[in-house]
Amino acid sequence: MTEPSPDGRIRRRSRRTRRIVVPLTVVSAIVAGTVLSGCGQQRDEDVYTVMNSSTDESYHRWDGDTLKRCSKQLGITIEQQSVPASQLMTKALRMASSKSLPDVLQLDASEMPTFAEAGGLIPLKDLGLTTTDIPEGIVDFGSFDGKYYGAARTVNTLALFYNKDTLDKAGLEVPTTWAEMQSTAKKLTQGKRYGLALSAGGAEDGVFQFTPFMWSNGGDESKLDTPEVAEALDYWKALLKDGSLSKSTVNWTQADVNDQFMAGNAAMMINGPWQVETLNAKKGLNWGIAEIPVPEAGDDSVGPLGGGVLTVPNTGDTEREKTAAKIIGCMSGEQEEISYAINSWMVPANTKAADIWRKKTPELAALADQVATARSRTAKVGAQWSSVSLALQSAFQSALTGASSEAALKRAQQQVTSGN
Amino acid sequence: MSSTTASAAALPADPKAPAADTVKKPVNPRSAKRRKSLAQWGFIAPAVIFMALFFGYPLVRNIVMSFQDYSPSTFFTGEAPFNGTDNWSNVFNDGLFGKALWQTILFTVGSLVGQFCIGLALAVFFTRRFPLNGILRSLILLPWLVPMVVSGIVWRRIFDQDTGVLNSFLGTIGLPGDTPWLTSTSMALISVILVNIWIGIPFNMVILYGGLQEVPKELNEAAALDGASAWRTFRSVTLPMLKPVITVVLVLGFMSTVKILDLVLALTDGGPADSTQTLGTLTYQNSFVQMDFGAGAVVGNILILISAVFAVFYLRVNRNEGK
Repeated sequence: MTEPSPDGRIRRRSRRTRRIVVPLTVVSAIVAGTVLSGCGQQRDEDVYTVMNSSTDESYHRWDGDTLKRCSKQLGITIEQQSVPASQLMTKALRMASSKSLPDVLQLDASEMPTFAEAGGLIPLKDLGLTTTDIPEGIVDFGSFDGKYYGAARTVNTLALFYNKDTLDKAGLEVPTTWAEMQSTAKKLTQGKRYGLALSAGGAEDGVFQFTPFMWSNGGDESKLDTPEVAEALDYWKALLKDGSLSKSTVNWTQADVNDQFMAGNAAMMINGPWQVETLNAKKGLNWGIAEIPVPEAGDDSVGPLGGGVLTVPNTGDTEREKTAAKIIGCMSGEQEEISYAINSWMVPANTKAADIWRKKTPELAALADQVATARSRTAKVGAQWSSVSLALQSAFQSALTGASSEAALKRAQQQVTSGN
Repeated sequence: MSSTTASAAALPADPKAPAADTVKKPVNPRSAKRRKSLAQWGFIAPAVIFMALFFGYPLVRNIVMSFQDYSPSTFFTGEAPFNGTDNWSNVFNDGLFGKALWQTILFTVGSLVGQFCIGLALAVFFTRRFPLNGILRSLILLPWLVPMVVSGIVWRRIFDQDTGVLNSFLGTIGLPGDTPWLTSTSMALISVILVNIWIGIPFNMVILYGGLQEVPKELNEAAALDGASAWRTFRSVTLPMLKPVITVVLVLGFMSTVKILDLVLALTDGGPADSTQTLGTLTYQNSFVQMDFGAGAVVGNILILISAVFAVFYLRVNRNEGK
């Protein structure tokens, strides 16, 4: 407004008060500065970081051991940074904006397209990694828009777990078709025990579990309002109506399903190999594993591929990116894949490694078969998967709680198309 | 101001005083006053800077973001083109928004009424003297100490339709033991409200109990002498005296309830079939599941706006109380 008065008094006053004001301002600036500087970390020349979601003690340890061996092999230091899976994506994005991305980023395969679409990843072939001995399905699993961005070490999928003792006592065979599963589940439903447990919760867990039913029936995530998808949903509804599925199914996560199975409240369940460690820890539980039943005998059982992929984020430092690709090469090497697969009960991505693994863990052969035909969730719709997934979970939940499958799926398809 | 001349006159008469001099060095009162006010500003400055950095900046950023096409690629390129009111119209045209808004209102009103009534009843109850009063009072605080997510997970188990404790308890006492607490679209929101009431009771009770301690006992005695019934005394004496505390409880309760997120995620994930989606979960879903940060910002802004209206209301009420 007005020019500062040249009056000496004012200047004197400001000099005096500076004694108090300045230190206080400095203190606040320092506090703010310290807090903010946490965002932009400086990269260490000789230390490479791998960021993953291995926050579980066992996974953290296994990855740590792998990285120790790779550090030795490559003559560098590799550090592991583990972030809870649900926060990994947002954390990585924040790191991108502060230019502090790790050298190797392990993303969930369903999240990888979003990151790749944003221009955040370097195609691995550009950095000298090959896809020799990796089945096409698994290459697709790590690809977006025809480019291979993510190397999987192991993959997982869903299978049918069953309680051997319960089935034996009832004199029942492991079901292989929808009709068989429905009748077996009905027969096994007694008292507090349900024939089958699966997750139809309002999150990715539920959608993951719905895909084998949708896909084995010829349904497709790029068009949800088809009779094939509706039939799959009607099959779930029929199981619920029979009483073979608990009504709480719509509120269960995959971990809840496993708890119910272990507690003897379910004779069979749809679940993944990551539960094996827990299942084995329960004494007296005699469980078996089979492929997920198909609509008609002779159909392919198409399950969803799950698991993480190792990617190289776009940091702009070509030399470091090349080294990062070498780290991925080491981590997804045959030997490392086998040891990681045996530890985590998942299936090695590499064909040769998978053959060796199959011999070592014959009890999980059904899982290896299921992986052979399994499909990636994002191969068709890419980064749009999150919208499809949200629409689909809302659809099967409303169908399971009363609405007609056709109407629910029709609305879901509209939701996806309108982009809301 | 009247003593100015005296001390001002003393100023030039004071040559450099020896260090040992115990007499305080007189200062120019006008400059002293200015210095004092500047010092005050100096003390306020850290708070102002803090507020500007951690509240002002994100707030403005969030408003700007709601008019931008803010996608994951923005984090790499730094570019977020402005897209006018696209985000806003997208959010408003999404059927889920209206549903979430309505459910947020039901959730907030239901929770506040439940928490407040039970909290007040307990607070009044504990003003009487009886054995174990203190122990019981601290036991009731327990839900307050449990992290929200933990409460959510525990209650999800309790509410399980078949294996939950609640239904088997209801079954044993002869009531229908198959209530679909979290699995029916008509029941889930009520169950989530019930859990939130359970969580909110301690806060309401503690604050209202504190308020009740402030109500002079003589007033109640006087009312009793005048022949007022207990209920009449409570309504006409205690409640009006409690009014400032009640406003605090309700406004603070409102602000923490309207933005509910963690409890819903832990209990139902917004399901079944979106029947427990609130504005909080919608923001979360838009921003961190769909990675559409612009749309997330829109819903976030609406939440801030709703809270701001109540904050202003609260400040007005408080100012009137002060008069």
